[in-house]
Amino acid sequence: MANKKWPEDWQDVTTGCIVFEPGSASQYHTGSWRAQKPIWDNTKCIKCGVCYIYCPEGCIIEKEDGFFEANLDYCKGCGICAHECWPLAIKMVEEG
Amino acid sequence: MGIRKGMEIALAAAEAVALCRPDVVAAYPITPNTHIPEHLSDIVAEGRLDAEFICVESEHSALSACMGASGAGARVFTATSSQGLLYMAEVMSIASSMRLPVVMALGNRSLSGPLNIWNDHSDIMSQRDTGWISLFAAHGQEVIDMMIQAFKIAENGDVMLPINVNLDGFQLTHVVEVMDFPTQEEVDAFLPVYKPFASLHPDHPCSMGTLGLPEIYSEATRAREAAVVNSKKTILKVWDEWEKRFGRKYEPIQSYKMKGAEIAMLTMGSMGETAEVAIDALREKGVPIGLLKLVLWRPFPYEELKKAVKGVKSLIVMDRCVSFGGPGGPVASEIRSALYNEPGCPDITNYIFGLGGRDVAVEDFIKMIDKVRLADKKRPKEHYEFYGVRGE
Amino acid sequence: MNTLQGYPVGLIGNFDLYAPKLVDREEYFTPGHRACQGCGEALAVRLMCKALGKDTVIVSATGCMEVISSLYPTTAWKLPWLHVAFPNAAAVASGVEAGLKALKRKGRIPDRYIKTVAMGGDGGTMDIGIQALSGAMERGHDMIYVCFDNEAYMNTGIQRSSATPFGASTTTAPPGVASMGNKTWKKNLPEIMVAHNIPYVATASNSYPLDFMNKVQKARSIKGPAYIHCLSVCPTGWRSPSETCIKMGRLAVETGVFPLYEVEYGKYKMTVSMPEKLRPIQDYIKHQGRFRHLTPEQIKASQDRTNLEYKKLLSKIEHSKSWSEMSAE
Repeated sequence: MANKKWPEDWQDVTTGCIVFEPGSASQYHTGSWRAQKPIWDNTKCIKCGVCYIYCPEGCIIEKEDGFFEANLDYCKGCGICAHECWPLAIKMVEEG
Repeated sequence: MGIRKGMEIALAAAEAVALCRPDVVAAYPITPNTHIPEHLSDIVAEGRLDAEFICVESEHSALSACMGASGAGARVFTATSSQGLLYMAEVMSIASSMRLPVVMALGNRSLSGPLNIWNDHSDIMSQRDTGWISLFAAHGQEVIDMMIQAFKIAENGDVMLPINVNLDGFQLTHVVEVMDFPTQEEVDAFLPVYKPFASLHPDHPCSMGTLGLPEIYSEATRAREAAVVNSKKTILKVWDEWEKRFGRKYEPIQSYKMKGAEIAMLTMGSMGETAEVAIDALREKGVPIGLLKLVLWRPFPYEELKKAVKGVKSLIVMDRCVSFGGPGGPVASEIRSALYNEPGCPDITNYIFGLGGRDVAVEDFIKMIDKVRLADKKRPKEHYEFYGVRGE
Repeated sequence: MNTLQGYPVGLIGNFDLYAPKLVDREEYFTPGHRACQGCGEALAVRLMCKALGKDTVIVSATGCMEVISSLYPTTAWKLPWLHVAFPNAAAVASGVEAGLKALKRKGRIPDRYIKTVAMGGDGGTMDIGIQALSGAMERGHDMIYVCFDNEAYMNTGIQRSSATPFGASTTTAPPGVASMGNKTWKKNLPEIMVAHNIPYVATASNSYPLDFMNKVQKARSIKGPAYIHCLSVCPTGWRSPSETCIKMGRLAVETGVFPLYEVEYGKYKMTVSMPEKLRPIQDYIKHQGRFRHLTPEQIKASQDRTNLEYKKLLSKIEHSKSWSEMSAE
């Protein structure tokens, strides 16, 4: 909750507690939760996109060169990408 | 101005709502208010009203569907009574907290048990803390006027709150009266198209109904209370405008023969009409008595109440509902609480009567007043007393 | 860089999705939501939103997905989103659909097709929400209802629901000396939806993302009620390691526990081809802590019933005809 700013005054609460900034949950970096992180071995990666599609956070992004990496601000270290990667190109590594 | 017609008040309420051009009507039948959604569906079927009429499968779904439609930016209406109101009770508070303007016609009916389909105020009293604006109509003209005013009040940008208009089940819903109906043009001029401050549309996405942690719930609740309290300003403005356009005056507390009154009776809803006749009879005999009719129940009209009871020595508060094991009827409890710190606060007597549709005649009102008026001063007063109960 | 660049839109638009890299890259359910690590339901919601696209209004029931995505003052939703209460997602969505319909007809909103989608968990759909769901589907509103079934009331801490499978351990039906865990078979809500005679009913899983997304797109194109029942793996509640989330969903299909099929206008069709011989359910339940107390007899009973239910489905797939086919006969 460190990143969130609570309204200072009850008058600043939006009417009906409606949130008008779509996607503002991204202000909170769930990456602080993880105990391990995925590392891609691009010599094995076949750029199939399976890791991208199976990430529950939606934090795996395709880079300019077509390889993939996890946005470590949000990666919770669940290990799904490493587990599903067919050519075993992803390894889960203990967070430092 | 207006068209003078005689019809059953429930049907008139539906006609009045139709004049307001709601976009979505979702209602479930329950005696005694069934005639309202029935007649609205007739009006839609006849092509006189362009609205989506959703035959929902429960009252809970009725209010839920209304909230969904209101969230989408539509003008909505629903109607219910008693058990139906309790079934939608889960969503009542949410409609208020989400600031969705839903208009509801409540045909007041007693709460079960035993099962009873006739009139008293126990249904609305059980929901008085939910943050809805509540108006009480005493006769047919007030019903149709308030139906139209309700949309304007609820949808006002400074209010944005759900509102219920209370009309006594059977005593009002099934009674035929002659009423002045505004024309469609007059209503269109009074009630503009609904412009929500936020709505569900992909062009401007927002999230409604979010999760409120302890860090925010208190502030959100405080803000909601402020909204309900401040809505009185808008209600008074709307009533001002109504008087200018249609010539009928509405006030939070209406006074009847209060000039020089030392005793006052306070009523809500249709009982006020019968009470007026009793007051007339007593005034003929020279009794300094007047009648106060509470029209605005929520937000509670503190200032108007204090002003209305100035000079009154004895106030008789009539309740058609009892709060079991509590300090009496809900109305009397709130009146007592409102006047507690007022210098010269009158003696307050609380009668609980007319439960479950028990008929109360003019003679009964006179008897109740005389009991207070001619009471032995030395006898301790009850917190509240039941009237008209056999064996009591 | 999106490898999709360079392809004319029309070419891809006409194909069922068949490759992960062809999926819309927009995240309408943004990262930063508070779901558990490895949450299959969050994945399913993310995929559903990609398949639905921008012109959608989401109505959510109270549950895991609502709570983790909408912490005031933030929201993980880039689509318009509404949450009211637990049992009424379908009722609220009926209202949204009717409201949008009326507003479009009266010219108060642009004349664009916007789909109303209601979503709820197995609790909010099959138990407390079944009345509203039945009413909404029966009334024929133009909406999709997606049930994210993680087989228990997960948000309140893994209590038993009517979707909890036979023998599973939950906090309100725990195993012990006097109990075997959940005594009843999973309620077949897709069949109940088929009985409502709606145009499209489908089962799906977060482990078959392209199948799920194709089904969502098909449901979106139907001008009437559609229902999708998506098995969402919950590693937390199922007591399995978070990285096996996708594997669990796959095993559920391969063992015949949760076959993926669709019913279009009355015609049943299997959408993910099943092996000739199903894998034994032991392969599926051995990875989940919620089944670890089961005796061999109980597992056999479960296997027999699974086989029976699967046979029932195969029979429907073989013998069912679409309504138009039947009317023409």
